[in-house]
Amino acid sequence: MTIDLWYAIVGSIIVALSVFAFLTSRHLMKKLLAFNIMGSGVFLIMVGLPQHQHGVDPVPQALVLTGIVVAVSATALALVILRRYVRAGGNPAP
Amino acid sequence: MSRSLRIAAAGIVAFGTLYALILAVLNAPQMQVNLPQQVALNLEQSGIDHPITAVLLNFRSYDTLLEVAVLLVAVVTGLALRERDALTAHTEQARDPMLHALTRRLLPLLLITSVYILWSGSYAPGGAFQAGALVAAAGVIARLAGYDIASRADVLLRLGLALGFILFLTVAVSAMFGGRPFLNYPEGWAGSLIFLIEAVLTFSIGLTLISLFVHAPGDSSPRGGDDDD
Amino acid sequence: MTPILLIIPLAFAILTLLLPRNWARATIIPGLVLQVGAAVLLCIQIYHDGPQDYALGDWQAPLGISLIADGFSVTLLALTSLVAALCAVYAQYFLTRYPREQRYFWPLFWFLLAALNGIWLAGDLFNLYVGLELLGLSAVGMVALTAEKTTLKAALDYLYAALFGSLAYLAGVALLYGAYGTLSIVQLSEMAAANPTTQVALGLMTVGLLLKTAIFPLHYWLPPAHGGALAPVSALLSALVVKASFYILALLWLDVGALAVTVNAAQAMGFLGAGAIFWGSWQAFQTRQIKMLVAYSTVAQLGYLMLLFPLAIGVSEAAAHLAWQGTVLHLLAHAFAKAAMFLAVGTLVLALGHGRINDFGGVSQRNPVALFAFGLSAVSLMGLPPSGGFNAKWLLLQSAIASGQWHWFVVMVIGGLLTAAYVFRVFRVSFVQTAKHDIQETHPALQFSALALALMAIGLGFASEIPMSFMNLTDFTPSPGGSP
Repeated sequence: MTIDLWYAIVGSIIVALSVFAFLTSRHLMKKLLAFNIMGSGVFLIMVGLPQHQHGVDPVPQALVLTGIVVAVSATALALVILRRYVRAGGNPAP
Repeated sequence: MSRSLRIAAAGIVAFGTLYALILAVLNAPQMQVNLPQQVALNLEQSGIDHPITAVLLNFRSYDTLLEVAVLLVAVVTGLALRERDALTAHTEQARDPMLHALTRRLLPLLLITSVYILWSGSYAPGGAFQAGALVAAAGVIARLAGYDIASRADVLLRLGLALGFILFLTVAVSAMFGGRPFLNYPEGWAGSLIFLIEAVLTFSIGLTLISLFVHAPGDSSPRGGDDDD
Repeated sequence: MTPILLIIPLAFAILTLLLPRNWARATIIPGLVLQVGAAVLLCIQIYHDGPQDYALGDWQAPLGISLIADGFSVTLLALTSLVAALCAVYAQYFLTRYPREQRYFWPLFWFLLAALNGIWLAGDLFNLYVGLELLGLSAVGMVALTAEKTTLKAALDYLYAALFGSLAYLAGVALLYGAYGTLSIVQLSEMAAANPTTQVALGLMTVGLLLKTAIFPLHYWLPPAHGGALAPVSALLSALVVKASFYILALLWLDVGALAVTVNAAQAMGFLGAGAIFWGSWQAFQTRQIKMLVAYSTVAQLGYLMLLFPLAIGVSEAAAHLAWQGTVLHLLAHAFAKAAMFLAVGTLVLALGHGRINDFGGVSQRNPVALFAFGLSAVSLMGLPPSGGFNAKWLLLQSAIASGQWHWFVVMVIGGLLTAAYVFRVFRVSFVQTAKHDIQETHPALQFSALALALMAIGLGFASEIPMSFMNLTDFTPSPGGSP
């Protein structure tokens, strides 16, 4: 087993754990954290699986960078809406 | 749904996901396309020495263009959700001499590191987003230390946010006037144009992340919600 | 030519973001004219020259990303431009009451349009992910614009569903790249074989896209988001945005993964569709708020799209062809009719000052044009002739008969009756009862843009040949069989 395949397996475990957390937690902030951790798991699979066969591959590494920026934007947007929602009297843990 | 039922259902879904993913990872067939080889073969033509930057800003620059648009959408929504009646900034922190001295020494350091990261992107890991994140970190520290860095003019703020995207799009479109495809760089200019785009993107990304932080609704949003022109 | 359709919305997004408010307003109409013009020109070009690939940056796929313009994508481009243009005309007058929201509506509107055009044209799986995120974030931003407590909650639920859905999709993309080493749709459709990796990848992507398309039972986020947003936003979301993830789903099942999908899985997708039709219609029949009725109607109508999979996978070529044509026509007719319905309902709510169906008495006298637009779009939704909806359901029924799948025939017939049931609730109240409150006048542009869309839904019944002739220009038609 190469280290890259190990990355992909660890990524799978992280995804499964964060799916569990996303489904069980009620607080919207915790769900957002679960989403971010799940993203990291997916990125690990994305880099690990192809490198297991072809060695260092810049394409998935670049894709992950794009994915990270998209995840940061989405997280920022979620935080802005969440805070505005709490300010409007909403309950973040329905 | 009762709590234990919910946990049981989530557990089943999570185990199913784990099983499926491991199955898929362990049974992956032999890849038929060797993309890293193609990247290596075309690296010289791309005008950039570092393969990841070459993929991001030349081979797959369309993804990056849309990704900058995603950032812009997030910050536009952030600006739209500013609060009008926000409290004014609390400035007493700035009077703390220790914090003041520390911040003044930290900020230049952060900015220099960010310029280095930006520069190194063309031959080593680094680039616009990492550098932009450092600029944003500097801005957030300054804001937390009580410096009022919120933009006074809303128009200028919006221009700064969009500047990187505008430059990227202009370069991409200008290729079409020369009869070349969208997002193509002119012969011999790719390296310098990519660096220029990355430099401006660094500024815009930093400003985007800072504005998302500063204008977030909540405890302190200085003179928020002034969206008149 | 092809990338013009991306450049126009992106450029106008920046213009409307930077220009002062009045100037920004003045750019809307020229932008829409350019957009519709470019879409029509591309249609003509594809009609004469056949499908086209465009290598962005002159890097051929799989190293670079290519845009693919074929018959299906240009049909959707034309649909997007038309619906968006009429929604924008409506929004110009509707948003005069919302000066703060108006400032940020237009940049988000153009980004949304860029994302839609990007998705229709994408020839790369990862690029579709970025397109989906751009689409999802701008849609969520538009829902959240009014910043009221209920819409913020709806926007959050929508955002979480969209994010979770795109991550599931991305996980599938990661597996496919790890298995085949390419992201190009053209290459993958040649390579993807029936093995566990492909099937798990397709499964993950399907779950993610079902969540984003709001297919029963993953539809929970749609009614509050579509029912709570401003009227032009609801129209754009219901008519166009949910179709983007369906488009990718169809692409995956019938093109990329055609060899890896099974007949049983396709039947299961059909059962989800049937669930959506029954549950959505029942909820639409129950709800008290008119906008929620229209939103639940979207849940139900999206169910018909799911019937594509059982009707086109594992059946004869003729039946699959009919199913494919019927689904495309249903997609187009629903887009026109649902946009018209949301705009008409938005006008009625504006005139009455509330959205309670039981107090809708009297609108037939004071807002006849808007009510007429509602009625015409309802005709298409119910599938009565002459309308695009009728032709679509006729083709789907024929396909069900041709492949001997009578259970889907029954589902569609009952679905039509249920649609009639919830639509007539509105008519009964608005014609029979007299006004209890003051009913205000509304701007004629609001009523007539809704009417124009409704007339398009009806007109599609007479002009179904046009989209059908474009559909023959695509190599992405269902292959008979699939694997048993």
